[in-house]
Amino acid sequence: MLADDLRGMWYIMLKDLNAYYFKPPNISWGILFPLAFVLAFAIRDPGNLGGLVPGLMALTLLFGASSMEAIVITFERRIGALERLLLAPVRLPALLAGKILGGVVFGLATTLVVLILALILFGLGGINWPLLLLAMVLSATAFSAVGALVSVAVREVFEAQTLANAIRFPMMFLGGVFVPVASLPVGLRVVARALPLTYAVEALGAAMTGGSWVTATFDLLALAAFTAVFFGLATWTLARRLA
Amino acid sequence: MNRVSDPVPVIEVSELTKRYGDPQSGLLAVDHISFQVQRGEVFGFLGPNGAGKTTTIRLLTGLSRPTDGQARVLGLDLAHDLTRIKKRIGVVPEASNLYNELSAFDNLVFSMRLYGVPWGERAPRADELLTRFRLADKRDAPFAQLSRGMKRALTVAAALAHRPALLFLDEPTTGLDVVNARGLRHMIAGLRDEGVTVFLTTHYLEEAERLCDRIALIVRGRIVALDTVDGLKAQVQGASAVKVTLQSGAGGSQVRRIVGQNIASLIREALAQAEAEGQRVLSVDTVQPSLEDVFVQLTGLSAEVMQVEKGGKGK
Repeated sequence: MLADDLRGMWYIMLKDLNAYYFKPPNISWGILFPLAFVLAFAIRDPGNLGGLVPGLMALTLLFGASSMEAIVITFERRIGALERLLLAPVRLPALLAGKILGGVVFGLATTLVVLILALILFGLGGINWPLLLLAMVLSATAFSAVGALVSVAVREVFEAQTLANAIRFPMMFLGGVFVPVASLPVGLRVVARALPLTYAVEALGAAMTGGSWVTATFDLLALAAFTAVFFGLATWTLARRLA
Repeated sequence: MNRVSDPVPVIEVSELTKRYGDPQSGLLAVDHISFQVQRGEVFGFLGPNGAGKTTTIRLLTGLSRPTDGQARVLGLDLAHDLTRIKKRIGVVPEASNLYNELSAFDNLVFSMRLYGVPWGERAPRADELLTRFRLADKRDAPFAQLSRGMKRALTVAAALAHRPALLFLDEPTTGLDVVNARGLRHMIAGLRDEGVTVFLTTHYLEEAERLCDRIALIVRGRIVALDTVDGLKAQVQGASAVKVTLQSGAGGSQVRRIVGQNIASLIREALAQAEAEGQRVLSVDTVQPSLEDVFVQLTGLSAEVMQVEKGGKGK
C-alpha cells in the first residue's frame, strides 16, 4: 500500500503541475506579484535592496506555493475530478500530499527565478547553500499546506481565493518581510510569532547572511511543525467533508 | 451470456444501510439492502431518481461509508481492504469527470499511472482504447473540446484502462443522444462477453431490459424485487396487458398500456376511458406484460416517473 501511495503522490503532483501550475498566467503571477511589492518598498528605501531579498524570496514562496494550491482542490471537487483520485488506490493523506507537492515544486521554481535575479543584481556572497535549500523547501511545504487547508475548508473557488488572501496579506505585513519583527509593537510581535512567514523570512535571512545551522534551527523546526499541523488539519477536514 | 457460477460472488451485500445527517432521523438513502452479484454478469440497479442507486455505488466503491451493514467486493471486506478493492474495480460516475486540461491520451495514461499499470503497457493500452472507442483522431485533443458523447466514451475508457474485474456504471447513457447511447450499450454488452462483471444503475427500463442478466428494482432505498427479466415478468404472471392506440392532435397517435388480470375487463375499461376523454381509439391489442408493466405492478409507481425525473432521452 505504501508503494501505491508513493506512486499516487508522484503522479498527482506531475498531473497538477502539467494541468494547472506551469501555465503562463500562473507563472507571471507567481513572480511578478512579490517583485512589484518589493520594488514599491525599494523605491522608498533604495539603500537596503539586498536586505529585502530574504523577504522577497519568502513572499515568492508564499504566493507561488499557496496561490494555485488554495483553489485546485476546491476546483476539482466542484467539477467532480477529485472523485477520480478518491476512487484510485491511493489513501487520502497521500492524495493530499501529492497535491501539496505540486505547490511546493511550483513555489520553489518561481523562487529560484527570484534568487537568480538577486544573485545577478546584488552578487550576494557568503550564502549557506544547504541551509538555504532546506529553508526554501520547508517554507514552500508549510505555505503549500496552508493553501491545501484553505482549499478543503471552503466549497467554492471564490471563497478559497478570499480566505487565502485574508490569511496571506496580514501575514505579508507582519511576517518581517518589510519591517523587522523586532520593530513591531509587542502585541503584533506575538501575532508575528504565530505566522509561518516570520520563520521563513528568518531562516532564509540566516542562510543568505552565512548564518549557522544553530541560528536557524528553531525557525526550521517551527516551519516543520506548521506543515504537520496544516497537513493534519487539511486531511481531517477533507475526510470529514467526504464522509 | 457469460455468467459463471462461482462460490465467491463478486459483490456480496448484507443489510447495507446509509443514512445521511442525524444517525436516528437523517435521510435514509439506502435501507438495509442485501444482494449478490456473480462473476461475469451485468447486474442492473433500476429505480427512479433519488431511489438510492448512486448512493449504493458510492458505498460499494468506498466513496461513502455505510451507516450499517456489510459488503464484500471481489471477495474482500470493504471495510478493511478498500485499497486492494480499488485496484481491481473501475468506476464510471454519472458525470464525465476527466481533466479538461489534459488530452484524451494523457487522461488515459494518468488513469493507468494511478493504478500502477507498468510503464511499457500504458501508451499501447491508451491507443488501443482510443481506437476501440472511436476516439483515435481525438488522441491529442483536450478533454474540454470533446463532444458530450465522446467525453462519456473516454470516461468509460479511463475506467477500463487498468483492466478492472468489476466495472461500476452510474447512469451511463443519461444525457446522451440516441446514437451515442446505442453505441455505449453495445460496448457494455461487449464487456459481458469479455467476462467483466458490470454493476449498472439506470432509470431507463428498456436499457435495463436489453442489457442486464439480473435486475434489482430499488425504490426509496429498498430493493422491492430482484430477478432476471423473465423472472420479474413471471412475478406478474397471470396478468395481461392491453395496448390502446389513441388518435392525438396533428395526426399523431398516443399509446396507453393497461395491466390487469382480465383481458375483457381491461378492454372495456380502456374503451370507456377513451370515450370519457373524448378520444378516438385507433386500435386495441393484447400484449405480453413488459418490464415497464412489471415495474408499475411491483413498485406502485407510474412508469413516467422513470422518464420524467432525470429528463433524459437515452432510448
